[in-house]
Amino acid sequence: MSFLKQMLRAPLSAKFGLLVIVVYILVALFAPVLAPFGETQVVGEGFAPWGGPFLLGTDNLGRDMFSRLVYGARNTLGIAFLTTVLAFLLGGLSGLVAAIKGGAIDQGLSRVVDILMAIPQLIFALLILSVVGTTATSLVLVIALLDATRVFRLSRAVAMNVVVQDFVEAARLRGEGLWWLVTREVLPNAAAPLIAEFGLRFCFVFLFISALSFLGLGIQPPTADWGSMVRDNAVLITFGDISPLLPALAVALITVSVNFVVDWMLHQSSGLKEC
Amino acid sequence: MNSIFRLLLQRLALGLLSLFAVSVIIFLAVGMLPGDIAQAMLGQSATPETVAAFRAQLGLDMPPLTRFGHWIWNLLQGDLGVSLANQRPIAELVGARLGNTFSLALLAAMVSVPLALLLGMLAALYRNSWFDRLLNTSALSAVSFPEFFVAYILILVFAVKLNWFPSISNLAPDASLGTILERSVLPVATLSLVVIAQMMRMTRASLINLLASPYIEMARLKGVSQSRIIFRHALPNALAPIVNVVALNLAYLVVGVVVVEVVFVYPGLGQLLVDSVAKRDIPVVQACSLIFAATYILLNTSADVLSIASNPRLMHPKG
Repeated sequence: MSFLKQMLRAPLSAKFGLLVIVVYILVALFAPVLAPFGETQVVGEGFAPWGGPFLLGTDNLGRDMFSRLVYGARNTLGIAFLTTVLAFLLGGLSGLVAAIKGGAIDQGLSRVVDILMAIPQLIFALLILSVVGTTATSLVLVIALLDATRVFRLSRAVAMNVVVQDFVEAARLRGEGLWWLVTREVLPNAAAPLIAEFGLRFCFVFLFISALSFLGLGIQPPTADWGSMVRDNAVLITFGDISPLLPALAVALITVSVNFVVDWMLHQSSGLKEC
Repeated sequence: MNSIFRLLLQRLALGLLSLFAVSVIIFLAVGMLPGDIAQAMLGQSATPETVAAFRAQLGLDMPPLTRFGHWIWNLLQGDLGVSLANQRPIAELVGARLGNTFSLALLAAMVSVPLALLLGMLAALYRNSWFDRLLNTSALSAVSFPEFFVAYILILVFAVKLNWFPSISNLAPDASLGTILERSVLPVATLSLVVIAQMMRMTRASLINLLASPYIEMARLKGVSQSRIIFRHALPNALAPIVNVVALNLAYLVVGVVVVEVVFVYPGLGQLLVDSVAKRDIPVVQACSLIFAATYILLNTSADVLSIASNPRLMHPKG
């Protein structure tokens, strides 16, 4: 079945999710075109109301809220995407290698992951960030490393089921190297669950970075980022103004959408009908 | 019975081992700082004498193994060291806040666990009805919302618009129980909303799995009533995964409090941790991390133990 046909038969929630994801990607790509003002440009008084030149008012320092929301899509999505990709490269590959190699390598890697997973992720991240300091680079590396443990678990479990199949044995007997085994034999057969996991991990990383930024320990000012935008303008909520909730809503919307799409994909690939 | 014991002992040993490993990691985290921690804390302008004195005060002039021994020994005696920021003993800083955080998590657990189990069972009973679909979609959405979004929406609706509860939950040390409860309503509601969804989905999934199995069909054909099927036949077998997910979510609660405490300015351990990370007050961060990690490991280990203990097949092995 072609992708388009599948799309048309998708449930409403999945269609909605895909639409939102496409819109977000477009906004992130064309941020400088869409935003009326610069990312860090101070354009007026702090906390100006909605309307006039400022579509959604201004923030605590007098920067245009709408422009910062648009740029925030680029920064927040970009960093979360980069982190997830890194986590998958690290965790996914080592999981596949652990499953193929087995023995001491598997045992060693699995025990390290067990211990890393025994510490709550947020606490671990806070601990490391307090030592190495909160820069964007350390943020990406720390979260990618912590998330790689979860990816490792899954990719190892999935690959374990593949490596016992005859065609892998045949490839081994042919004398293929590790790289061939990983990329040509195991990975294509483990791709479907890994892609779904990528969506879920992305949501998780995204929420995680937003939470850290909200705590003031994530993406640092003056970079526009949804988590810290909520933090900076939170005081407005006590006056009944909803504009600080907009960045939080933006975070919620994209994670809900990705979850809807992943839910639908898992449903498709498992062949499960509503049970 | 013997194998069960061995299994349980194994889990407990694993828990202790990870606790030890975690304390090593937390201890080593300080050593990971590029360069010298004393220099980094005091800044570039510090004289070599001050740096040396500070190093001695931190005990950095001793070999790492001795330092680790000292640290663990003092920890076991309840001495968590001294805060770098204000030179107060950490045990004093942590003491009162620890109780606040645990009571917050406990209240949230008391609200969310029964509610989640009930909703999960109802969703499983009336699966594919509009009620089930509604619950499922809202649960999926609730999982994807950041905690601070939920928290601020609750503040906007219940504190600002309706004016039912205070938006800030700062507690005076001598606050009465009534005030404490009133101020905890919104933080508890936020935490509950976040964990209920996960627990509910899991309860529903494990019950539905079971309801499709042949022995339930048999009970149905025998003419056993619907409620008896659920409580007598399905629930004992569904207990293991449910207990597991409840304990995991409680472990999650312990961590989830960090963000919620910051939103509501609740004087708990999470806020102390976040403040200390911002100030790079490393001994306090170490102490808080250790407390959070230990609680997390404790809950995870008890999840393992309980899921073994509540599995009828493991508790009553054949032959």
